[in-house]
Amino acid sequence: MARAVTTQHKVIATGAAWIVALLIFFPILYTIITSFKSEQEAIQGFALIPSGTFESYTEVQAQSGYFKFFFNSVLLSVGSTILALIVAVPAAWSMAFSPGKWTKDILMWMLSTKMMPAVAVLFPIYLIFRDAGLLDSRIGLMVMLMLINLPIVIWMLYTYFREIPGEILEAARMDGATLWGEIVYVLTPMAVPGIASTMLLNIILAWNEAFWTIRLTTTEAAPLTAFISSFSSPQGLFWAKLSAASTLAIAPILIMGWFSQKQLVRGLTFGAVK
Amino acid sequence: MATQQTRSLARFMMAPSVVLLFVWMIVPLVITLWFSFQQYNPLNPVRDGFVGFSNYALFYSNPAFLQSILNTLVLVGSVLLITVIGGILLALLIDQPMWGQGIVRILVISPFFVMPPVAALVWKNMIMHPQYGVFADIARFFGAQPIDWFGQHPMTAIIIIVAWQWLPFATLILLTALQSLDGEQKEAAEMDGAGFVSRFIYLTLPHMSRAITVVILIQTIFLLSVYAEILVTTNGGPGYASTNLPFLVYQKALLEFKIGQASAGGVIAVILANIVAFFAMRAVGKNLDK
Repeated sequence: MARAVTTQHKVIATGAAWIVALLIFFPILYTIITSFKSEQEAIQGFALIPSGTFESYTEVQAQSGYFKFFFNSVLLSVGSTILALIVAVPAAWSMAFSPGKWTKDILMWMLSTKMMPAVAVLFPIYLIFRDAGLLDSRIGLMVMLMLINLPIVIWMLYTYFREIPGEILEAARMDGATLWGEIVYVLTPMAVPGIASTMLLNIILAWNEAFWTIRLTTTEAAPLTAFISSFSSPQGLFWAKLSAASTLAIAPILIMGWFSQKQLVRGLTFGAVK
Repeated sequence: MATQQTRSLARFMMAPSVVLLFVWMIVPLVITLWFSFQQYNPLNPVRDGFVGFSNYALFYSNPAFLQSILNTLVLVGSVLLITVIGGILLALLIDQPMWGQGIVRILVISPFFVMPPVAALVWKNMIMHPQYGVFADIARFFGAQPIDWFGQHPMTAIIIIVAWQWLPFATLILLTALQSLDGEQKEAAEMDGAGFVSRFIYLTLPHMSRAITVVILIQTIFLLSVYAEILVTTNGGPGYASTNLPFLVYQKALLEFKIGQASAGGVIAVILANIVAFFAMRAVGKNLDK
């Protein structure tokens, strides 16, 4: 590093950044802290040290069956992601490796479907789901989440696939590789990292989707977003329980998110910022 | 021969996603459009039938309509302002040499991974609650009267919550752009005697301009359809004080069962989104060429 960084400068930057970062993180931190308090403790004013009880967690599970919702969330986010990949990988692949005259327009059009406000089609979707008997069904919601995120998945895969050099394909062909051999032995190993990061981001997006998952479910297929929304009208003393439920709902995806920051930037900006 | 074969294979591989997305876009939209010209009430089907543009007239003359459009724009505008300016400042701060930069990044990005209902409920009950919230504790500590955020300043409260959710996104993307700035250029500018401010205006800001555009456009898409945050905090109230367009459409459709009017509102929402989308597509499309 050519620029001389004075220690004083570094100390000030460190202090300021940590203060701001902790302020931003505070609502999450305080929720985690409160989840280890008893209900009485939780309303006794500001305190950063909890007594360390797990009673809120056991109560949340006993009262509302957290694990059923958790299971639904896992099933819906992973299931919809796999469905999306099955449809999107061939599409992104063909657009990246044999682009035609319309490839760019098709990509733009796909992205434009993402901009349709969900609420505008709420009632038609509701009717279709009702008549098909899909209300509160995991399969129906899985397909729904797949469709919502499909444009982002295709785009992300496309930007990754495009970086695979075409010369490698030519070389393989010269060596007499068949199309099948080309896909299995040459392209797949190079595409796996891109597919993995796409998967990660899509699971996060599907896990946090909070419009259709709330509106199209009642009990059977309801994931954590619906579970948490049931806390919106307070029932007596519920601060510690709310904290425990919130912590449980966000912890898995928060940890996943920490590992996928880079992919997040790329995926959500459709490759525009890397 | 080989190219012909590849080309038809390419079409075959693309077909499922194109067909799926086409059906997913067109079918519900056509149904919405159809309902927007119908009187349709599942609870009272006697007067159902074609009514021309009267749903639009009714939706438009509803005092809640203008309020909801205004709230939608205020929400989008304020959150954009806070997150873009805050995001630039934060990105500049985090980009400085410091100890524990990785942990700072993780702490700052975290709110983005919190699902909207959790974010809203945590702010509503843990932070802004007029009796048990942290803000109330702070107010009482200074001997002031705690503020009833959702009763008195519902829009401000929702703006704070949504801005908290999106500030990390803006920061992360702007930071990524900032870190791709060529170090040598920075050094050259420094050697030429450019101070921090002029370096920021003439070098850093132009470099970040595309990232800023992308942040604004992507956030706008999501901010136009904020829903869960309103549902679990104010439920659109008091009155219509914090009702945005998506929330009004939801109320009309699933609470009042005025499907025709709700569909007319939905069509208006689509038009609004398309105006934004038009600019968004152009900006994103440019990046395809490079």
